Amino acid sequence: MRRRSTPYLLLLPGMAWLGFFFLIPLASLLATSLQRPLGPSTEDGFAPALEFTNYSAALLAYWPQFLKSFAFAGLASLIGLLIAFPLAYFIAFRAGRWRMLMLVLVVLPLFSSFLLRTNAWKTLLSSEGFIVETLNALALLPDDRVLNTPIAVIAGLTYNFLPFLVLPIYASLDRIDKAVVEAAADLYATAAARLRTVILPLAAPGVLSGVLLTFIPAAGDYINAQLLGSIQDKMIGNVIQSQFIIVRDYPTASALSFMFMVTILVLVLLYIRRVGTRELV
Amino acid sequence: MIRWLGRNLLTVYALLAVGYLLLPVAVITVLSFNKPRGRQNTTWNEFSLDAWTNICRDQTICSAFGTSLRIGLIVTIVGTLLGTMLSFALIRYRFLGRTPANLVVFLPLATPEVILGASLLAFFLNLLLPLGFWTITIAHVMFTISFVVLIVNARLAGMDTRLEEAAMDLYATGLQTFRYVTLPLAAPGIAAAALLSFTLSFDDFIITNFNSGTTVTFPIYIWGAALRGIPPQVNVIATIVFAVSVLLVLLAMGLASSRRPRVRQ
Repeated sequence: MRRRSTPYLLLLPGMAWLGFFFLIPLASLLATSLQRPLGPSTEDGFAPALEFTNYSAALLAYWPQFLKSFAFAGLASLIGLLIAFPLAYFIAFRAGRWRMLMLVLVVLPLFSSFLLRTNAWKTLLSSEGFIVETLNALALLPDDRVLNTPIAVIAGLTYNFLPFLVLPIYASLDRIDKAVVEAAADLYATAAARLRTVILPLAAPGVLSGVLLTFIPAAGDYINAQLLGSIQDKMIGNVIQSQFIIVRDYPTASALSFMFMVTILVLVLLYIRRVGTRELV
Repeated sequence: MIRWLGRNLLTVYALLAVGYLLLPVAVITVLSFNKPRGRQNTTWNEFSLDAWTNICRDQTICSAFGTSLRIGLIVTIVGTLLGTMLSFALIRYRFLGRTPANLVVFLPLATPEVILGASLLAFFLNLLLPLGFWTITIAHVMFTISFVVLIVNARLAGMDTRLEEAAMDLYATGLQTFRYVTLPLAAPGIAAAALLSFTLSFDDFIITNFNSGTTVTFPIYIWGAALRGIPPQVNVIATIVFAVSVLLVLLAMGLASSRRPRVRQ
């Protein structure tokens, strides 16, 4: 059973698939991003080239959408954390025999369509709806409405990735040895001190992976901005999508994609280093 | 009252958070019983069972649903198989190139979906491959593999290898050990991975949208319909899919808990 070729045989089909349909396409994306147009219209096609100006042109045209993507995704992760951490804490420490049920309820939305759930926020956030009327009664909205504003997009992003924030945090909280928390209490640490000096540091790996699982897909999302936002709220995903599928300016779209991917990877690496954990990867 | 709230603040907060998570699902279900006034089915108008009794009135909805089911099934089988094999190699063996192999498996998880979709489209375009059913399937298998590895890894890493050693000590062949010890122990992880693969494939829009050509999956139909108004029939199908998934999950949980005592003895 422990023959030397066994692991390689097991790896072969999966690695071949990822090689052909993940790694080579990334190279293909890079090659496309440097192509040169053959005529004034995108219908004329593109030729292989080393047109690095595609990058500067794309960045110059779409930097606001770039910034907006990271801002929206960052806010969604932050607000999500405020909702997810107490919820995960409750499930791990207080839910008792309801723990399993609560976990199921957290993942339940994932069994319903992403697009329909996002679209449902149109109903919930409509100007005649309960939420917006309440907010308006309290004079909390600058615009009297939520739909077709950045608030709706951020709310949608926060909502959509929340389960992916709750689950890893719950997993780390669940692993905490209760005796450690009790020891802190025995040494006269207040509840706030226990949370700050014992529970939060031990939950850090879960918070880290939860934020990554929220930030990465949120930054690249184009569904929320399309369904809930206005034209001014378009994110980088919307630009890449429309450049690829509607405008068919493949080099520009590829250059944008590549820059976006590299930015995400750099941010993720910086973030992992800063939060500093060995448990990830 | 205020003291009660103070003591149960966390409970109230947690229940509100869960309510927030489930609210849109409730909206989808409620609107499946709606008779929309105009084309947009976003505000409540009048109770009606029309959509429930006539799900396939618009043929494209049901054929889109069928396409998604077929893609989902193929993806589940291929993705789970390839991912499980990868997981066994990565967890059970120490071999040259294990670290880069791990990196290749987990990199897709750190890549935004829009990039996965866009790069595949660039690849298919450069190959002049026609977009459709098979390009969607290829793309879905690609992104499900990493998730399968993630889940099966968790199961394999927590498994007691002494059980397999015991089987070998009792003269089980390698194949017998795998068939009667390893596989049954890994099965819950593999089943969870399969369920997740299907869910991911069935619901994927971002990647599919890049590689679908003129093929219409269920999410692609919803996206197209979102502009002119999503018919309540879509809500009906989504509600049924949701109910069936919940039943399956509950069933799986019931099976898992009824089995546990036997294993522990």
